[in-house]
Amino acid sequence: MTDTREVIVEAKNLDLTFETNDGPVHALKDVNLTIGKGDFVSFIGPSGCGKTTFLRVIAGLEQATGGSVTVNGMSPEEARRSRAYGYVFQAAGLYPWRTIAGNVKLPLEIMGFDRAEQGRRVKNVLELVDLEGFEKKYPWQLSGGMQQRASIARALAFDADILLMDEPFGALDEIVRDHLNEQLLSLWARTEKTIGFVTHSIPEAVYLSTRIVVMSPRPGRITDVIESSLPRERPLDIRDSKEFIDIAHRVREGLRAGHSDV
Amino acid sequence: MKSLVPVLAVVAGIVAIWYAAAVGLNAQWTYDQAARAGVELGFTDVLRDAMVQDRPVLPAPHQVAVELYDTVIDKKITSKRSLVYHGWITVSATLLGFVIGTGLGILLAVGIVHNRAMDMSVMPWAIASQTIPILAIAPMIIVVLNSVGVQGLVPKAIISAYLSFFPVVVGMVAGLRSPDAMQLDLMRTYNASRVETFWKLRLPASMPYLFTSLKVGIAASLVGAIVGELPTGAVAGLGARLLSGSYYGQTVQIWAALIAAACVAAALVGIIGLVQRLMLRRMGMGQ
Amino acid sequence: MGWVIFAAVFWAAAWWVNGRLSTSVLADQRGVKLIVPTIFGLTILVVWEGLVRGLNVPGVILPPPSVIVGTIGDSLPILWEDFVQTFVKGALSGYAMGCGAAFLIAIVIDRSAFLQRGLLPVSSFIAALPIIGTAPIMVMWFGFDWQSKAAVVVVMVFFPMLVNTVQGLASSEAMQRDLMRTYGAGYWQTLIKLRLPAAMPFIFNGLKIATTLALIGAIVAEFFGSPIRGMGFRISTEVGRLGLDMVWAEITVAAIAGSAFYGIVALIEKGVTFWHPSQRAG
Repeated sequence: MTDTREVIVEAKNLDLTFETNDGPVHALKDVNLTIGKGDFVSFIGPSGCGKTTFLRVIAGLEQATGGSVTVNGMSPEEARRSRAYGYVFQAAGLYPWRTIAGNVKLPLEIMGFDRAEQGRRVKNVLELVDLEGFEKKYPWQLSGGMQQRASIARALAFDADILLMDEPFGALDEIVRDHLNEQLLSLWARTEKTIGFVTHSIPEAVYLSTRIVVMSPRPGRITDVIESSLPRERPLDIRDSKEFIDIAHRVREGLRAGHSDV
Repeated sequence: MKSLVPVLAVVAGIVAIWYAAAVGLNAQWTYDQAARAGVELGFTDVLRDAMVQDRPVLPAPHQVAVELYDTVIDKKITSKRSLVYHGWITVSATLLGFVIGTGLGILLAVGIVHNRAMDMSVMPWAIASQTIPILAIAPMIIVVLNSVGVQGLVPKAIISAYLSFFPVVVGMVAGLRSPDAMQLDLMRTYNASRVETFWKLRLPASMPYLFTSLKVGIAASLVGAIVGELPTGAVAGLGARLLSGSYYGQTVQIWAALIAAACVAAALVGIIGLVQRLMLRRMGMGQ
Repeated sequence: MGWVIFAAVFWAAAWWVNGRLSTSVLADQRGVKLIVPTIFGLTILVVWEGLVRGLNVPGVILPPPSVIVGTIGDSLPILWEDFVQTFVKGALSGYAMGCGAAFLIAIVIDRSAFLQRGLLPVSSFIAALPIIGTAPIMVMWFGFDWQSKAAVVVVMVFFPMLVNTVQGLASSEAMQRDLMRTYGAGYWQTLIKLRLPAAMPFIFNGLKIATTLALIGAIVAEFFGSPIRGMGFRISTEVGRLGLDMVWAEITVAAIAGSAFYGIVALIEKGVTFWHPSQRAG
């Protein structure tokens, strides 16, 4: 299944060591992973396992200290400069002085799209995340879930093929989270992007992904990569099926194994 | 201490620019003198002369340093030409005024926080007064009080008190009101009286705010005392030295008095900062 | 004596009214929030008038408000001339130059963390010093007229404005700046689209502080020497002639100018930083 698809992200023997006042911190050690086009890959693990760091390395926001990583065949820096991906942070991070439309336009302005094009894309992408009608509102007038949807819209606006998401739904309550998970899946089906998704939640990881990467800390490393056997079309109540529970169980085992090494 | 090297670099840069500017500004006079005497001057001669003029346009740093040394260390403290003597006159007025202003300010702040009528009637004026140039009435206060026989230290202290009063009121009110609703509710569950809540919660919580206002207040008090020395014909104090230096064209004296005033301000604010750090550390509020 | 009794009664009555208003259910309405301090201010004026007349305080010590208002009415041309000299020429030009310079220099040193770490402590230090003491030096360099006063104002507003602007430029969160990096945005794009708007609350804080400093600087600098015009000049000479009503008239004009100046900047701030929690909570 993975062999014939185009490789988007390739990490080989990736190492990242931070020098701190208390000595070196091995945030990532000997990480090997390939992400193919159209994959939905979740990264799950306890705090300090390096999942966010790995995402940031792919995004070119951190520099590896050993090994190699390529994105679209280029270095992450070059990929970043060629605007290959959209990044969604844990907090929505919308600019309070811009309207929702203004916020979604931000990357478009920077990347030099013309005015008419900007308007078109904003409209499309707000429809995609179900926020039509909210263009002229300000972020503080929206709920947490809506702000995060706007943040996702912003990341989709410039048509990058890759979407990197760092615990985007962590701060939201369960009901909103479920809804957004559903929306994200349908978005993924429609746009066929490659998605890297960091999460703390086992059900979320299993529900969303085609592949789950289990990581553990000290040093940050991959303990298991699970190929999901669930079909691409998934209603929410697939979470009660035996298949789902089996995969979740395997994830849990992987997490426990990582912990006991420590 | 990471900032030490950049700060020293900036200070060194300022001193260098100061020297260059001194030469630049003073050179004109040197050239004029030379032209009048019909003498040709080389560059090093101009350079040297610019640094040692009696009435320079801009005294060189070492000239100011010499004057400071002269009037601070070489003169007896009781001498009327000693900067320590003048400095003490200004500082004593500052401290007296500061203590009065702060004391009254804290009392008013307590009143404002506990009495709604005072809050609604006085607080807007306290805030508005910060936009009014209060210092402008300094001469009037001096002269009016002099004419009823109150002279010397007290009128200046009154100006200083007035200037530190409002920042302390505003800051202290903010501080006394800083505990959040949750902590106040906790006090209510203990059935604490308003007095107990004040001493156990509001007052400790207001300490950081108080110290910030104290720093602003003491700097303002010092300025008040200095300006208060001007109207009486500049007899004594740092402000007086500034004024008399300006009347008699004694630029080095002006600069020495200004640097002395700056040092006094730094010292006073520094002392409050020290008290702040000790007190907050004892209270576990760290930094 | 009647005047004193009148003043006492007025004070009691006003206190009662304010007491009732502030504890009533109306207390939270905006109108009431304006009325209560207004009553308080008016009471001060009435008591002032009453005590001065009733106790026969000499006009050279403390004139009553009615006399001051009369003087203002009679001296409008002089007051206007002084206002233009001190506020418009001295304070306003110094304010514009000082704040403008501080803003530009903050942006220039923005790219050098070294310069920032050096300049910020030094600037905070200088901002706490009695800068008004530089007035005689400025008079020596720039002459007696408004230029020396503007120069004093420039020095007074420069450092607080610099400190505030630098703090403002640093206030954008790391996450926001990372987001800009993911867009491949350059330094200037990040500066204009993110860091400057985020810095506005701090910059306006500095601008507001500077309004007060500018007016004080311009007036007090005139105590050190001025041509025959200007609010500071008028105050110090009238004080010498014991024409205290004129002094109070000038102070009133200064008070109005100061609050109006601050108020205008605060109004602009409301427009620019409408999004900031402090403006929304209200």
